[in-house]
Amino acid sequence: MGVIPWVSWYALRRYSAYPLGSMAEAVTNSFFGVVRAGIVIALWHARPGLGGYDTADAVTYSFLTQSLIGPVQIFGGMELAQRIRSGDVAIDLHRPVNLQAWWLADDVGRAVSTLALRGLPPMLVGGLFFTMRLPGPGEAAAFTVSVALAVLLSFALRYLITLSQFWTHDERGVQAVTLVLSLFLSGMIVPLVAFPEPLGALARALPCSGLIQVPADVFLGRRAGGALLSGLAFQAGWAAALLAAGGLLTRAAERRLEAQGG
Amino acid sequence: MVSDPTAGDATAGDATADDGTVGEGVVPDGGAKTSAAPARVVTTYCLLAWTWVRAAGQYPVSVALLALGTMVTAGLDIMGILVLFTRAPRIAGFTSAEVLFLYGTSALSFSVSDIVLGTTERLGERVRDGTLDVLLVRPVSPLVQIATEDFTPRRFGRIVPPVLVLAFALPRLDIDWTPGRVAVVPLMAASGTVIFGALWVLCAAVQFVLLNSHGATKAITYGGAFLTQYPMTLFARDFVRGVTFVVPLAFVNWEPALYVLDRPDPLGLPGWTRFASPAVGAALSAAAALAWRTGLRHYRSTGS
Repeated sequence: MGVIPWVSWYALRRYSAYPLGSMAEAVTNSFFGVVRAGIVIALWHARPGLGGYDTADAVTYSFLTQSLIGPVQIFGGMELAQRIRSGDVAIDLHRPVNLQAWWLADDVGRAVSTLALRGLPPMLVGGLFFTMRLPGPGEAAAFTVSVALAVLLSFALRYLITLSQFWTHDERGVQAVTLVLSLFLSGMIVPLVAFPEPLGALARALPCSGLIQVPADVFLGRRAGGALLSGLAFQAGWAAALLAAGGLLTRAAERRLEAQGG
Repeated sequence: MVSDPTAGDATAGDATADDGTVGEGVVPDGGAKTSAAPARVVTTYCLLAWTWVRAAGQYPVSVALLALGTMVTAGLDIMGILVLFTRAPRIAGFTSAEVLFLYGTSALSFSVSDIVLGTTERLGERVRDGTLDVLLVRPVSPLVQIATEDFTPRRFGRIVPPVLVLAFALPRLDIDWTPGRVAVVPLMAASGTVIFGALWVLCAAVQFVLLNSHGATKAITYGGAFLTQYPMTLFARDFVRGVTFVVPLAFVNWEPALYVLDRPDPLGLPGWTRFASPAVGAALSAAAALAWRTGLRHYRSTGS
């Protein structure tokens, strides 16, 4: 147990080492937020109240998703992938620490750092130029929990994809395919509430919706009481299931490993 | 050099215009004024690109999946547009065929420019870790070397969605196809490609000075590609002014599309601006070439 918090801490410091670089990313996130806000304003102008959102909800959603891009790393990828390709993973496997736990700790540090550096600017830009809906203290607390679960879920998914590399030797193909699913089915491109049914219902049942749509709904106060609990349980359930699958795959991979390049 | 001799052919036009322009700056001894220098740059470019293609071919399954993935990822924006139009017949006054036309022209221009020059965005990385120095001692333009780096066949997957979308959307546009309109469509694709190509190089050149700017200049390249898929009527006037006069993204496809679709300009600009895209592309390419040369001249190695 002892070393794991340190892994997180050093990851946090490492990912915070170039604050200007992260802030620069936030500029791009904010720009995309503005474009997406323009699109949803037009859509909700044509269809007021679509999916139970009003225009302010939809605009807030646009900027919120941009804030979450960094922490939940919606575009996928992990440093571990490079290490598997180069064979450095052999060193990781020799450590007396579980591979999955080590990289989860690393990822938590990364997520906290990116949330701190990249989370706020898009929301500020949104608040400056548009009417947004801000949560009360209760919703904000629930949102924090939901984002934490989203990070966990995101790690569980990316870890599975990364480990597939032990068999394919190059995870980028698998990653490219899953990227499509996660971008579209998480609600990143269009809010899932605006999807036509039954596509919307299907997307909401899949784990990706726990990355963006569920935290956003919590932020917008669209989930309260039982709905809030079921939303968080949905995220936690998928995260637990996928982490367990990752654990099994780790054991299979340990038996499988052949370090390339000698 | 920046004029576009093969305006009908986006790929050829872009390759000659952009690489020729910048190649001229890097090839020494002033031989650049002759037509041989741009030709050599193109040959070198193709040779290096082919080397990377063969390297990528070592993992054929991955390349196939990657091309498929890239194609579908690029197509995601279409899904986004289609979802919008399942909910409303018109968005900001534009029909689905019109928005798909904007998507097609923007995405085609962007993906071709991305294939040719997209990897220049890694310049900052190379400056930071000192590997740019290696490129400088080789007898080939550093721009060509960076642009061809990791050139993978997968990126061609990006061209497929816009081509399919244009084939679908063009016959469905409710307009009178005058010869002028027919001519403007390929012209806007070509000049859009040149504009995006120049923006890639400009954004890369900024990284000579501001190492950490890559994250922010993505707003111009990727953000610009996303923005130009939609009608500018979606956005606030001042924002549209910004992407017209400061970063001329509106000339990628919006201004010429106003002519093709026979729409009034929300900014009320005079009629000739709808045909200004090639000139804007030429001016921007010149600016990009200048910025790249200046950046390269002032580059100091990290020295380690």
